[in-house]
Amino acid sequence: MRDYFFDLAQSWERLLARDEVGLLNFAGESSDFCRLNGAKVRQIGLVIHYRMQLRLVKGRKHTALQLTLCGEADQDRERMRTALTQLRSSLAMLPDDPYLILNQIPQSSETMQANRLPALEEWTDSIRTAAQGLDLVGFFAAGGLYRGFANSLGQRNWFENYSFNFDWSLYHQGDKAVKSQYGGFDWDQQVLAAKMSAAREQLAVLRQPVRRIEPGTYRVYLAPAALHEIMSLLQWRSFGIKNQRTKASPISHLVSGESQLSPEIFLSEDVANGLAPDFDSFGFRKPPQLRLIHEGRHVGALVSARSGAEYGLLPSGSSEDEQPESLALEGGQLQASQVLKELDQGLYINNLWYMNFSDSTSCRMTGMTRFACFWVEQGHIVQPIEVMRFDDSLYRILGEHLVGLTEDTEMIPSHSTYEARSTDSCRLPGALIKEMRLTL
Amino acid sequence: MDTKALFASLESMARTVDYFELRFVNRFQENVAVRQGVLEPPSRIEDQGCMVTVYAQGGSGYGATADLSHKGLMKAFEAARERALYTQNWTVWPFTADLVSREQGHFHSTVRRAWRTVPLADKVALLEGLNRKLHQGDPRFVDYVAGLQYRRLEMRLLSSLGSDIEQSFDMVTPHMVATVHNQGVTEMRSFGGYGVCRQGGFEILDEVSFANSAERIHEEALELLHAPNCPTGVMDLLLAPDQMILQIHESIGHPLEIDRILGDERNYAGTSFVTPEMFGRYQYGSDLLNVTFDPELEGEFASYAFDDAGTRAKKTYLIKDGVLVAGLGGQLSQRRSGLPGVASARSVSWNRPPIDRMANINIEPGDASFGDMVAGVERGIYMQTNCSWSIDDSRNKFQFGCEYARLIENGRLGPVVRKPNYRGISASFWRNLIRVGDSTTGDVLGTPYCGKGEPNQAIAVGHASPTCLFSQVAVFGGEG
Repeated sequence: MRDYFFDLAQSWERLLARDEVGLLNFAGESSDFCRLNGAKVRQIGLVIHYRMQLRLVKGRKHTALQLTLCGEADQDRERMRTALTQLRSSLAMLPDDPYLILNQIPQSSETMQANRLPALEEWTDSIRTAAQGLDLVGFFAAGGLYRGFANSLGQRNWFENYSFNFDWSLYHQGDKAVKSQYGGFDWDQQVLAAKMSAAREQLAVLRQPVRRIEPGTYRVYLAPAALHEIMSLLQWRSFGIKNQRTKASPISHLVSGESQLSPEIFLSEDVANGLAPDFDSFGFRKPPQLRLIHEGRHVGALVSARSGAEYGLLPSGSSEDEQPESLALEGGQLQASQVLKELDQGLYINNLWYMNFSDSTSCRMTGMTRFACFWVEQGHIVQPIEVMRFDDSLYRILGEHLVGLTEDTEMIPSHSTYEARSTDSCRLPGALIKEMRLTL
Repeated sequence: MDTKALFASLESMARTVDYFELRFVNRFQENVAVRQGVLEPPSRIEDQGCMVTVYAQGGSGYGATADLSHKGLMKAFEAARERALYTQNWTVWPFTADLVSREQGHFHSTVRRAWRTVPLADKVALLEGLNRKLHQGDPRFVDYVAGLQYRRLEMRLLSSLGSDIEQSFDMVTPHMVATVHNQGVTEMRSFGGYGVCRQGGFEILDEVSFANSAERIHEEALELLHAPNCPTGVMDLLLAPDQMILQIHESIGHPLEIDRILGDERNYAGTSFVTPEMFGRYQYGSDLLNVTFDPELEGEFASYAFDDAGTRAKKTYLIKDGVLVAGLGGQLSQRRSGLPGVASARSVSWNRPPIDRMANINIEPGDASFGDMVAGVERGIYMQTNCSWSIDDSRNKFQFGCEYARLIENGRLGPVVRKPNYRGISASFWRNLIRVGDSTTGDVLGTPYCGKGEPNQAIAVGHASPTCLFSQVAVFGGEG
């Protein structure tokens, strides 16, 4: 696929006039999808989709067109040639763009992984065996992921991996379930069996009578998957320079220094240890690590090429929406084995769900508990709880009310497949919170 | 591309399977936006491909490809057949040809002024003018943007049963938002969020008064900047159509999806508090509540003649006089559950299989004027334009926030308040519906981005609603 992309790029660049610059962004996937309900297949299929964004630049004018490629070289070359004519026609009608910035110094790179994915028969047999006798609902996605960048200034970047992600829930009844995930590059039936076994054990606790929680404040442990929901909400529009400069960022008070988080909070965009490509759609490379919050204080922001030009800053290789792709929160001092003891009495929350801001200026957010969440007494899990809504501010949850973060962190690959399989990930610890406000 | 000939070239394969279909989708999308007086580089998407679906020996599989040659479609067919055969006796339901009906027909959005006939320069000039009206040289406006999104979807479904369905949808979503900031307070006011969206052409902008709304947004943003926080308390709640659409969407539309009730979505989008035995008897809301699935309303965002499984669509009551009567589920879900449903198996494109979705889910107008509803409130609040939404995975406990609100005191609209939120429980909230506005209080809106499914799909849905009044709702505001 790499050679296919580079050949198309070379052909297209030959068509460009001397005063034109061309940028190509390629995103492709060959994905096996399978969704299950009641441990049986609801839908299974194969999707092959290659997208090419062509951007034509002339002076300070530019415009872009995204095409779906068919994978046949002659046809795709012809479509790209036709697209160039369309782009030239559009360009003539556009004004100069004061915020256009191009990476003028070629920074080529390549990340390639071998395909070690299991065959269709292997993963379906593994899942079928592991799910026997269980009310399993889940989704398996696997296959090649390709990202490429090329410009007519001589830059070439390529990213290719072959990953799988099996995300599933074992249900007891109603909304009581244990959520699990197994992702990676090398499928191992034994690992799947071990994860399924661990989930079965938690399922046993869900059979206890459900405890109804009254609104109020509670001592809470947020497992990494629960903290991931909070981070996912923040990712939406918190960390980009455009939202910060226009005061639309929910962490504006952190950015201005009016508020701060616990000194235990060290948050970075950690491209070096994430799963995403290290280049953006304008050819800028991403730094291996970009610190966003240091000792609870705001220290950095994600800067897209466009914002870089608008605010006179160096682009950080961030995507146009300036959302993190490889967020990492450093672990703290809390030993995993001590979590229940330190929690003592309160709520052990494995998952949160459907987060949103109830007052974005104060970074106050709301969301629901979901899946396996438990009432804990004297350091022991006692029983599952009824789903409960929280509504509280980040400045309290990860600020004055943060007791500590676990030493161990967990890699959580994104299972998002909107438009395409995501390459985003988060590395997060668990968090023990002194007080969290539950409302409904 | 001769889709009929491509289908014919695969017909010899019909002998090897029980059923197969080809669903071709051709998508064009264009985005134009002006932010702070500067044109953002326009972007376009041209996307076409085909999903081949096969039923064989009780199994079902799909193959999706953008290679629309005979060779490419044969590969997709083989991938689909392989998966169908591999999962026989391991599926949630035996997939047989009698799950599908034979239909022929077409549907095309009514377009009075085609998007492509309006020069880009005219679109840009309109948006630049709106930028000036949003800003008006006031430094408190720290960001402002106006934009247009146009989508055209062309779909052709051909099946081994002889179905031949051709549909095209022209969809326009205008948007506009201003952000104001002063002394630590930030507020945003928009043109109905992304809820103002309809099928049609450029004439939609006149229908929704897009060009005349920037001054109002400017004024209301400033009102919010200096308004007090929304009070806390239990009170009457009057919801404008641009908040009603969210209320309908989250606490009626999603819970009525039959695939949720069957459990398909439990790993991602969630389950439902609605259970099969509720159909035909459950009092979902007060007897003023009448909810319809209406794919026939011209111009609404998700109007169509057939769903993506090829079933003919027609207007159907989901809730009649407050009682739940039908769910949102296509032929397969209806067969699996034994529940009454509608033609709502929908797919976002050629690369995703159809699942149960909302389409146009509407509240039928009542008989109350806006003035009557306000006059009947002693202490309450009127909220407009959704900006925050959260609901549990059974679609029961919810909390929603709006951009703009006015208090209602002794039957009159009072001062503006900011950060208005309210929370409740679906199962009881709709029973507190005490007035339903007449058609003059309503609007035809929707959303381009309803997320659901594995793999994920963000699909367009329509919601038409009058203004509605609810009693005894927990209301609260923000902190800052």
